[in-house]
Amino acid sequence: MLELFAAGFFLRALLGGALIALTAALVGVFIVLRRQAMIGDGIAHVSIAGVALGFLIHLYPIGVGIAFAVAASLAIEALRRAYRTYAELSIAVIMAGGIALASLFFTMGMGFNVNVTSYLFGSIYTLDDTDLAVIAAIAAAVLAFAIVFHKELFLLAFDEDAAAVNGLPVRAFNVLASVLTALVISAAIKIVGALLVSALLTIPAACALALARSFRQALGLAAAAGEIAVILGLLAAGWWNLAPGGTVVLLLIAMLAAALAARRLRI
Amino acid sequence: MTLAAEAAEDCHRPVVELEGVSFSFGDRKVIDGLSLTVRERDFVGIIGPNGSGKTTLLRLIVGLLKPDKGGVRLFGVPAERFRDRHLIGYVPQRKAFNPLFPATVREVVLSGLFGRRKLFRRLTRADQERCRDALEVLGIADLESRRIGALSGGQQQRVFLARALIASPRLLILDEPTAGVDEETQDNFFGLLRHMHQKHNMTFLMVTHDTERVRSYLGMQPETASGRLSFYVRHSHGLEDCAETDLLHTLRMKEG
Repeated sequence: MLELFAAGFFLRALLGGALIALTAALVGVFIVLRRQAMIGDGIAHVSIAGVALGFLIHLYPIGVGIAFAVAASLAIEALRRAYRTYAELSIAVIMAGGIALASLFFTMGMGFNVNVTSYLFGSIYTLDDTDLAVIAAIAAAVLAFAIVFHKELFLLAFDEDAAAVNGLPVRAFNVLASVLTALVISAAIKIVGALLVSALLTIPAACALALARSFRQALGLAAAAGEIAVILGLLAAGWWNLAPGGTVVLLLIAMLAAALAARRLRI
Repeated sequence: MTLAAEAAEDCHRPVVELEGVSFSFGDRKVIDGLSLTVRERDFVGIIGPNGSGKTTLLRLIVGLLKPDKGGVRLFGVPAERFRDRHLIGYVPQRKAFNPLFPATVREVVLSGLFGRRKLFRRLTRADQERCRDALEVLGIADLESRRIGALSGGQQQRVFLARALIASPRLLILDEPTAGVDEETQDNFFGLLRHMHQKHNMTFLMVTHDTERVRSYLGMQPETASGRLSFYVRHSHGLEDCAETDLLHTLRMKEG
């Protein structure tokens, strides 16, 4: 165990993982309550298209991925307004577009396939200082937003109409929340991979919603569930030499089963 | 025009004015050239069959929808430029919320304060007291930390009324507040509204299916009609003669 902590790459993985677990859980509660649980998948696939393009044109892949993710989130928000009652429809459209684009870029640069798979399944052990700085900056932005506007975010999630009637700038909030969601997703890709990003967003929220009575409690429980799964998952993966992303997600699912069992016992 | 309405014109300012408002969903015209003036201390009951545009009308007034034609003024200001949103309390249809949402009664009631004025501000001790006051007056203080989805329909309705009242609005807009709750609860709820109308400086706009209760308070004949919508109006001239312990009274004092 000690050798693990002595390894710089593992400490970086733990730090990056802990930051992403916290922010993804907070964002996750918000999007699940707004019935946008699939947004993680949609944006992640667009982001992968950006990563592929980054390799193709020799730019920082995560950076291009972030740009694509932000554009996708804005498109989803615009489509959500056009099809108000079908929030999931906009996500399906964007996701299809992302996969299509990614497959196009994949085939255009046959030589970089190896690198791209590390973004599909995550490569947390290869986090470098730039990645870590990007993750920390994104985490700071999300936390600041969540702390400063927690009241408004509650009302926006609970009753968007009431928020508008109260005179809150609902549109600005929605756009900002979408952009932050996109940032978290792009950063999380490096940790668990595009295929599992939405697990990091939605499963902590699902655990929290099984148990929480208040919004505040839901945020706290989701953050705790995310942190426990990422930290224990990375340690277990490091110890037994398992795939880190998959271990974290399986641990999350086990915790969800436990949360549901606990709820059944309580009622 | 009735006598009461004429008297009202002399002494009370218009709170809501609609001028030639039209609105369509696609090619189905829901509201057609509606003009309406609601004055301070009016109680307006809006009755109409399903699909006659009752909810649409309220959503136009609170700014959730924009009219295709015509204009809406709130407290004398064109709705697009109206900023004093805390003057309006809105009780939406109860079926509009997710019953599994993790929110306590307290969180929901306090959210009535979250508007432009509260951006970047923390909740103060005075806000918490207002919340307690509102819960107290509506008789739901003991439910404070329960999850809202776990309450009965009548209790939920009181929570949403408390949320609408916490910011001391001058205009209260209610969208079928009594739908889906039992007779006795409806009576209590309506009694509460009647008291607020008679004793406090508040204006009411209420959409309802409940023709009987509306007529028993607002009179048998509608004052105006438009399309399939009927507007029943009653004006109140009583002074604010309420006891000190009353919710709105205490809230007003704190306001000043």
